[in-house]
Amino acid sequence: MIRFIIYRLLGAIVVIWIVSVVTFLIFQAVPLLSHTNPVYFYTGKVPFKPGSPQLKALTHRFGFDLPLYAQYWHYLSGILFGQTITDGVSVPIKCPAPCFGYSFRQNELVGTLIAQAVPVSLSLIVGSAILWLVGGVSVGTISGLRPGSAIDRIGMTGSLAAVSLPIFFTGPVLLLIFEYTLGWLPDVSYAPITQNPVQWLRSMILPWVSLAFLFAALYARLTRSNMLETMSEDYIRTARAKGLDRRTVVIKHGLRAALTPIVTIFGIDVGTLVGTTVITENVFNLRGLGFLTISSIQQQDLPIILGVTIVAAVALVVANFVVDILYAVVDPRVTV
Amino acid sequence: MTLSGPTELEAVAAEDGLTGAGLDPEGDQAPQAIQGRSLWSIAWRRLRRDKVAMAGGIVIVLLVLIAVFAPLLQALYGQDYQTLHQTDGLLDPLDSMPKGALGGVSGAHWLGVTPVTGQDILTLLMYGARTSLIIAGLATALSLILGVTLGLTAGYFRGWVDLLISRTMDVLLSFPTLLLSIALITVVGYISGAEIVRFEIIIFVLGFFGWPYIGRIVRGQVLSLREKEFVEAARSLGASNLRIMFREIIPNLIGPILVYTTLTIPNNMLGEAGLSFLGIGVIPPTPSWGQMLSDAGQYFQIDPLYLFLPGLAIFISVLAFNLFGDGLRDALDPKSGR
Repeated sequence: MIRFIIYRLLGAIVVIWIVSVVTFLIFQAVPLLSHTNPVYFYTGKVPFKPGSPQLKALTHRFGFDLPLYAQYWHYLSGILFGQTITDGVSVPIKCPAPCFGYSFRQNELVGTLIAQAVPVSLSLIVGSAILWLVGGVSVGTISGLRPGSAIDRIGMTGSLAAVSLPIFFTGPVLLLIFEYTLGWLPDVSYAPITQNPVQWLRSMILPWVSLAFLFAALYARLTRSNMLETMSEDYIRTARAKGLDRRTVVIKHGLRAALTPIVTIFGIDVGTLVGTTVITENVFNLRGLGFLTISSIQQQDLPIILGVTIVAAVALVVANFVVDILYAVVDPRVTV
Repeated sequence: MTLSGPTELEAVAAEDGLTGAGLDPEGDQAPQAIQGRSLWSIAWRRLRRDKVAMAGGIVIVLLVLIAVFAPLLQALYGQDYQTLHQTDGLLDPLDSMPKGALGGVSGAHWLGVTPVTGQDILTLLMYGARTSLIIAGLATALSLILGVTLGLTAGYFRGWVDLLISRTMDVLLSFPTLLLSIALITVVGYISGAEIVRFEIIIFVLGFFGWPYIGRIVRGQVLSLREKEFVEAARSLGASNLRIMFREIIPNLIGPILVYTTLTIPNNMLGEAGLSFLGIGVIPPTPSWGQMLSDAGQYFQIDPLYLFLPGLAIFISVLAFNLFGDGLRDALDPKSGR
């Protein structure tokens, strides 16, 4: 077990490292290929003439004249150990680990911007994950227990329809119905849960529903097919034959086995969503990680894009890691 | 599945009047009666009985026809999407919204015109189908070529080749691909703003990050197929590796590959629409459903029809592919008893 955990941990670290290298290289390629001084992507302007000594000094201060590996090491050591950021004029800024650099456009540490966005994204992801897990698994279980019934057909056709509905369509439609036509949710601006829980709930309910809709449909289909397979196993017949009531058989014997693969996918899906709820946040104007990504892409603010991508990769890899370990605990057949 | 009742094969055969069709007059349960029916003809028969899947298939055919003949349909209809009807009385001069209750629906513009720019919505939707299908189709083709070739190589040769390809797939699958795609598109878009590059880079990004999924399926299948007797027979007859891979193994994989293709195309359609919605996909004036939705999002309180039309276009097309793919999977699955 210990060996398994260490093996997986090393794998996780390698993946995060590869992501950091690839992302770093992609963004190194931008200034190089577009023949733009990299200073532009950090400050939003190139304040001096090309070739002038002032620009050379500025390029040197940012470290853009160093070889690529040195620049990468500088970035990586900032994340690992923190650094002090200075432009040579103003008071140096202390940036503790993990330091993702400084956004000169926003006049803010990238870490601070990410830390502000994370609670919004997490509110969205956690709430909607609960919704889709409960909704999807119940629909799937009911369908799977009565295959071919009216409930099953409605559930499965409905879920196939839901998979085909993009969030950037359902989102505006929900807003149109509940905010403008019915007027049930007149003000949906975000408020942190610690300050105003009621407003937080009000702002989150539509994003939760539209994001959960898509996943609930996938989970319903998956639960149904797992349930169908499990319920035809011999041990279920044994359980029934020894006189257990249907309820116990379904919940203790059937559902438990059918849900094991669902738990795996659930962990990975939640991990994947960190930083990638771009469209939902865009539709509902939530200032989370996805919103931060898109706005920094529009402003070509490289330090922020780099930071968010790495945070998202870490979240995904950690989710994968946790799921692997959980799976090894649940299923004794798994070995290295 | 029941063991006592007639099996699916027999049921299909019976319905087609095959049982004992002049071959074996005594036994109508005789298994010989269905010999000579290939998997494909059985699958086609089952698919044809699946009304929902066939409806999906018909919608797909219509969609492809609309995309292919968009210029012809546009000429017959007499409008085009490039013309901006800003000054000829279709838009309200005060707020630039289409006149009339239903977003400017009229005899000339069957589905109305867009707010502010005043473009004809029906032709935008027809050309949007073109964009959507071209990008989704080519991206899926790219995933298929990469996934099948690499999956086949990994599964067939095993050893270090397999290790290398499998690890690459694992790493790609645990990448935050959406963010990396967005990053890549931005980078390339910045370097060269030309529209054609955008088209290509979207196809590349959707296709490239999609290949590990099919790659994994193919590799798994090849690992078991390569141990089968017919492969051994081919090898003992002196067939080369390439011949065994492409003439012996690949034909056995057509089923899963076909199902994967019909279920990946709608995903890529959603991907293209999503990128265009975020403003990093297809650039105007090239029409795209996602881009129309993003535009409609600004006016949906006043002009809700403009929101619903591209939304429904995406929904119907994606649903059609999903229904067809689902039916195809059931039809090709010898175990399914639908």
